[in-house]
Amino acid sequence: MTAKPKFAMYWAASCGGCEIAVLNIHEKILEVDANFDVVFWPVAMDAKYKDVEAMEDGSILLTLFNGGIRNDENEHIAKLLRRKSKILVAFGSCANEGCIPGLANLSDSREIVYTAYNTITTDNPHEIYPMTSYDTPEGEIHIPKILPVLKTLEQVVDVDYFMPGCPPESHQIAAVIDLVIQVLQGKAELPPKGTVIGAGNSTVCDECKRTRNIKSIKSFERIWGIAPDPTLCLLEQGIPCNGPATRSGCTARCPTAGAQCIGCYGPAEGVVDYGARLISSYASVIESKDPEEIEQILDGLVDPIGQFYRFNLAGSLLKAAVPAWKKEKA
Amino acid sequence: MAQRITIDPITRLEGHGKIEIFLTEEGEVANTYFQIPELRGFERFCVGRPVEEMPLLTNRICGVCPEAHHMAAAKAADAVYHIDPPRTAKLLRELLYSAFYVTDHTTHFYALGGPDFVLGPDAPVAERNILGVIHKVGLEIAGKVIQARKYGHTVVEIIGGRKVHPCTSIPGGLTKGITEEQRKEIEEMGKWAVEFAQFSLQLFNDIVLGNKAYVDLILGDIYTHRTYYMGSVDENNKVNFYDGKVRVVDPDGKEFIKYAPKDYAEHIAEHVEPWTYLKFPYLKKIGWKGFVDGNDSGIYMATPLSRLNASEGMATPRAQEEYERFYSTLGGKPVHQRLATHWARLIELLYAAERWVELAADPEVTSPNFHAIPTEKPTEGVGIVEAPRGTLTHHYTTDERGVLTKVNLIVGTTNNYAPISMSINKAASSLIKKGTVVTEGMLNMVEMAFRAYDPCFGCATHSLPGQMPLQVTIHDAQGNPVKVLRQYC
Repeated sequence: MTAKPKFAMYWAASCGGCEIAVLNIHEKILEVDANFDVVFWPVAMDAKYKDVEAMEDGSILLTLFNGGIRNDENEHIAKLLRRKSKILVAFGSCANEGCIPGLANLSDSREIVYTAYNTITTDNPHEIYPMTSYDTPEGEIHIPKILPVLKTLEQVVDVDYFMPGCPPESHQIAAVIDLVIQVLQGKAELPPKGTVIGAGNSTVCDECKRTRNIKSIKSFERIWGIAPDPTLCLLEQGIPCNGPATRSGCTARCPTAGAQCIGCYGPAEGVVDYGARLISSYASVIESKDPEEIEQILDGLVDPIGQFYRFNLAGSLLKAAVPAWKKEKA
Repeated sequence: MAQRITIDPITRLEGHGKIEIFLTEEGEVANTYFQIPELRGFERFCVGRPVEEMPLLTNRICGVCPEAHHMAAAKAADAVYHIDPPRTAKLLRELLYSAFYVTDHTTHFYALGGPDFVLGPDAPVAERNILGVIHKVGLEIAGKVIQARKYGHTVVEIIGGRKVHPCTSIPGGLTKGITEEQRKEIEEMGKWAVEFAQFSLQLFNDIVLGNKAYVDLILGDIYTHRTYYMGSVDENNKVNFYDGKVRVVDPDGKEFIKYAPKDYAEHIAEHVEPWTYLKFPYLKKIGWKGFVDGNDSGIYMATPLSRLNASEGMATPRAQEEYERFYSTLGGKPVHQRLATHWARLIELLYAAERWVELAADPEVTSPNFHAIPTEKPTEGVGIVEAPRGTLTHHYTTDERGVLTKVNLIVGTTNNYAPISMSINKAASSLIKKGTVVTEGMLNMVEMAFRAYDPCFGCATHSLPGQMPLQVTIHDAQGNPVKVLRQYC
């Protein structure tokens, strides 16, 4: 019997939702078991870092890498898995664009640690903060160093394919696994390197079943503050929906459930900067030519940076706010 | 020469972690350090965001239990706006949450904790995982496990809009309701889940309780600690996952405190150590006395076992029967043996399934009255739910626009950081003795000490992001690393 191709899945700075999304392909997970030798997957199996280090370079056929690069350990493992893998996929929003944890790039990393260690319930009279190297009575022990800015996988290593979503939808994962199995059987070919896989080529609006009437708005609304019509476009009812700038592929789940799109599938095809595209989309629905009134309407967006770069800050042209960026440059 | 053992990464849990074991010259355990290598900073970067986004943003603390953060955040946001959601909204949220519990506890028992029992603590590493369980118990049972997860996630999707990271809870209720057709579908799946939970308890009976070696392992001293126990209860002191007051009992089982969510900061404080990114919560009235057990130490536990210990029973009939059998078999309340948590988790699985059916049968669940528009000025609020891995507290303060100015989170697993550290220390000290050869199976038994708690360090490290596999490093008496042992797949 010939050896099965090797498969790995790893989480860097992530939440584990990508692993759950993979498990949510349900019965299909048995096909992964049948077609691959799973060699490294910390959530499910007991292989350790040392075992990966011992593998030959390029010996893992497919690695799904989720999570952003938050600390030096994440960066080390990203480089290690790049070396060991033939095909490295940036899997999920964190690895692709930083996701919600990328909002940490709005702050200096010292502020992040300071905040966590000075909450109302923290008992910290001696102002103790975590140390990357600490001398215990028994010997020195270490924890990883937090990097000044959270990076995407592509900002650290060469990436073969990009699979967006927070998390990627399970039906998309299943389709990608089918494709890989067909490639293994010689029935299909891999797409060109750099392709965005497991997603659509248009926007969430194109998938959304809500009706658009090309209607303009006079104010932005909060989702809890009105009873929106369940059949009409949310943006046209004043709710700041991210659909116009966001890549399709999720079947517009959130707008279908009465909630605004928050942009987890990242920039739509051809969009250079996510926030810039969304700003221009919003500008096009605002009905006013009076600068003062426009100001007033825009005041309805209480958190512009979060609105326009919620998932995409680390992967955007901006990457980080000034304090974090200065520290990174230094 | 004495040694140091490092387990990195620890595996079959959610998130990242590392264990350092220091040995004396004689080869006995001198000390252990259970380190959490990450911090993501949610408490910092959520500041400036509108409070209604917290059920969406804090989902991303943990993709394994986003439903828990979604609910705690929604309840905290309700409190910020001083709004009590309509009954239908509460029914729907708790229904989603009960179905989620079925999925989550199933995943832990079969994929994370179960392999140690189904295959044995020292089974070959390559088999000691979910695929090994499937190969051992057969595809038919594997099919049931997959079905249980699928049904749970289907309910999460129907009510929450998505399978992972639900999006429908907002201040004042939800963005959508359910139809009668969906209600029927949910109820039918719930009935199946009750049967599945009973089946899982039977499997535990046969495989674990029917095996004397396992019973001895569970009842033995290696995995036992006497601490305080925390859990949320309803007005009858019965376990409740979605709402109620937080009750803490002492190591003798007597009620120590019972508090409403808004008062949490009077009762809980967090101790800091410089060698880890995670803090150690403790009971403020007793104080931090170091990593020690007993009535005089403020360390408490918040897990399925502690919820059973901190309550006076289960609110559904079949789960109540199992609750009684649990305590009569293990010799009364409270149960201190940490490995019994696996059994307690299955009793909660049954409760969650029964509650799922109860809620789905409520005539008001399909009412269109699923949201009330907040009208009061936003200020401050606390939301608490029982996450599968422990009591979850979200505390927000906002400006007059409802934009966050302060965030404090005490998450399920964090509650258990001190007890887990003690359990690891005790397991290592009991297993590694002068002259013993440290084997991989032995180290796995050290990992079993934390696995009983089903820790989620994705959650715990909300404060920056990362992962949690395990490695053990052996250091000599001079602190030099001599040998690194990791598990093989």
